[in-house]
Amino acid sequence: MAPLLPSSQPWVEKYRPKKVKDVAHQDEVVRVVTNTLETADLPHLLFYGPPGTGKTTTALAIAHQLFGPELYKSRVLELNASDDRGINVVRTKIKDFAAVAVGSKPHQGGYPCPPYKIIILDEADSMTEDAQNALRRTMETYSKVTRFFFICNYISRIIEPLASRCAKFRFKPLSEEVMSGRILHICNEEGLNLDSEALSTLGSISQGDLRRAITYLQSAARLFGSSISSNDLISVSGVIPQDVVESLFTACKSGDFDVANKEVTRIIAEGYPVSQLICQLLEVIVNAEDIQDEQKARICKKLGEADKCLVDGADEYLQLMDVASHTMRALCNMQQELCFS
Amino acid sequence: MLWVDKYRPKTLEKITVHEDIARNLKKLVSEQDCPHLLFYGPSGSGKKTLILALIRQMFGAGAEKVKLENKMWKIDAGSRTLELELKMLSSTHHVEMNPSDAGFQDRYVVQEIIKEMAKNRPIDTKGKKGFKVLVLNEVDKLSREAQHSLRRTMEKYSASCRLILCCNSSSKVTEAVRSRCLNVRVNAPTEEEIVKVLEFIGKKENLTLPAGFAARIAAQSNRNLRRAVLFFETCRVQQYPFAANQAVPPLDWEQYVSEIAGDIMKEQSPKRLFSVRGKLYELLVNCIPPEIILKKLLSELLRKLDSELKHEVCHWAAHYEHKMRLGSKPIFHLEAFVAKFMSIYKEFLIASFG
Ligand SMILES: Nc1ncnc2c1ncn2[C@@H]1O[C@H](COP(=O)(O)OP(=O)(O)OP(=O)(O)O)[C@@H](O)[C@H]1O
Ligand SMILES: [Mg+2]
Repeated sequence: MAPLLPSSQPWVEKYRPKKVKDVAHQDEVVRVVTNTLETADLPHLLFYGPPGTGKTTTALAIAHQLFGPELYKSRVLELNASDDRGINVVRTKIKDFAAVAVGSKPHQGGYPCPPYKIIILDEADSMTEDAQNALRRTMETYSKVTRFFFICNYISRIIEPLASRCAKFRFKPLSEEVMSGRILHICNEEGLNLDSEALSTLGSISQGDLRRAITYLQSAARLFGSSISSNDLISVSGVIPQDVVESLFTACKSGDFDVANKEVTRIIAEGYPVSQLICQLLEVIVNAEDIQDEQKARICKKLGEADKCLVDGADEYLQLMDVASHTMRALCNMQQELCFS
Repeated sequence: MLWVDKYRPKTLEKITVHEDIARNLKKLVSEQDCPHLLFYGPSGSGKKTLILALIRQMFGAGAEKVKLENKMWKIDAGSRTLELELKMLSSTHHVEMNPSDAGFQDRYVVQEIIKEMAKNRPIDTKGKKGFKVLVLNEVDKLSREAQHSLRRTMEKYSASCRLILCCNSSSKVTEAVRSRCLNVRVNAPTEEEIVKVLEFIGKKENLTLPAGFAARIAAQSNRNLRRAVLFFETCRVQQYPFAANQAVPPLDWEQYVSEIAGDIMKEQSPKRLFSVRGKLYELLVNCIPPEIILKKLLSELLRKLDSELKHEVCHWAAHYEHKMRLGSKPIFHLEAFVAKFMSIYKEFLIASFG
């Protein structure tokens, strides 16, 4: 294999923290884990939270800090959603890995090297319930010699018996301050110039997802050079310009179905993601001063339903049209209940 | 060669419709460390053209030497071994495929291909990239499991394998995957832009266009550039020199849907429903995607309705399309929509005219 040139890695990988203490914003986890790193005694862990908040990073950092590069391969098993993790794998692969005894020679090469193995199950929410059930046994049988790290976005997808065996940590979306700190660090390393407006824009458009923020930053740096403005960031991020949302809203107020249809068709042709549009529309509606609470409630209910349908894979045009039609009827006090159904 | 292929710009410099995006992409790949990319936008807007030109920009003309193969996949899925066959297009620098063609087994394909590509990493000799590019089409059609499979893999192999994902609707791509890519929105070209492309082709083909002819084609294309060029070529085959008022023929299936709409408006009865069912089936057999049929049918019906009914019909279209997604037999839901429409319309007629 060719040597990995560091420069051939995107910045998100290049700036992935290698040490637990460098993980930003997740103080609770960092504190608890740093303590346990010293005593090298670890509970099973469950990390959950939205994308790009440092879950995988933290888990990998813990494993590296415990075992160092030499023992890592033999002591850490990383399984993610790209590996087959059906029941069979749980029964065989994990078992085989867990069953091989570990020697207890602590502190090799300056690493704690505690006498257990770590099994990292990343993206655990995509495991079937059966596979999770099969894991319960394995966890119990080998509890002395293994620690499990579960990582997921949605904790509700992890079955209760597994979750209750773990110390749970919620990874919060990163606050703008923390993100700024991390971003400024990268700007320093890469020799970029970011004014304070650009910095706060970056914070708000990436919505607490640091990975996204880093990707935007890198793209903007490639496109616009080393001096990056707030507008540059907005243009790479693909957020929907506010006037698009406003004009849809205005079209709904007009009370004319065909006007709304034309607007929706245009939005679809421009390729704006409807799920995101719905979020932004929600904001406009909640903050609008000239509509009554009851109208707002009706519209919001529809927005929620449409969002669910989109998640199920429903067509964007039809859902947005349905939303527009409902909004129009609520705003113009047209008949709400459909008459012939 | 069809004009759509013949006049597809090969390099980023030659791209005219999304000039700004092309310029940006060029800068983006100037270094070795460009992020994964997700292209999204309506069909026929030019995503594929941009992607091909981008790959050429990365690797030079060598990336144009592609071969099409039917690759057999033997996948070890725990207790059994799966065999899958999938088309893929590859050069020494990139591989392109439609993993959603593998249906509910798409997950395995996604898992295998990236690992395999990462293994056969090209050697980094002078001037060559140390990574391969994997183009995955229609990622919005991938199952949730398959999308999940992409997540960690995208990070793990990011040094050796760069992903270019392509889809129509980015709402259907999970947030975790979107968060791992730079998202590039490719909007549908405006009618003016389409006119320019048609005029350009006309010039190259030495054709004289009557005034307003290109504009009429553009107007009928729904801002879909591919369709516009196809229409243009059809017109050329039909009659040349062009007549000033030459009709732009609609696509066969659209004509057919519009007839169905007419049938439904004329008579609402179980008998008519039965005959419409046959016609819908005909369309499905000819591989017209069911949601496209439904949308076209809706737009034809809307054209014929009073505004009070429009809201209602539109609601039911959205309702049944959603159901169709969750179910497995599109024909049922298409038929249900037609039946619903018939009953609404009939009641409306009775209420208004007795
Ligand atoms: N708390 C953090 N501190 C420092 N860097 C972070 C943090 N969170 C995310 N990052 C940056 O974002 C990248 C992705 O983070 P990570 O892989 O840990 O996300 P994740 O929480 O596992 O997300 P997902 O749920 O999508 O898997 C890292 O490479 C790093 O550059
Ligand atoms: Mg992760």
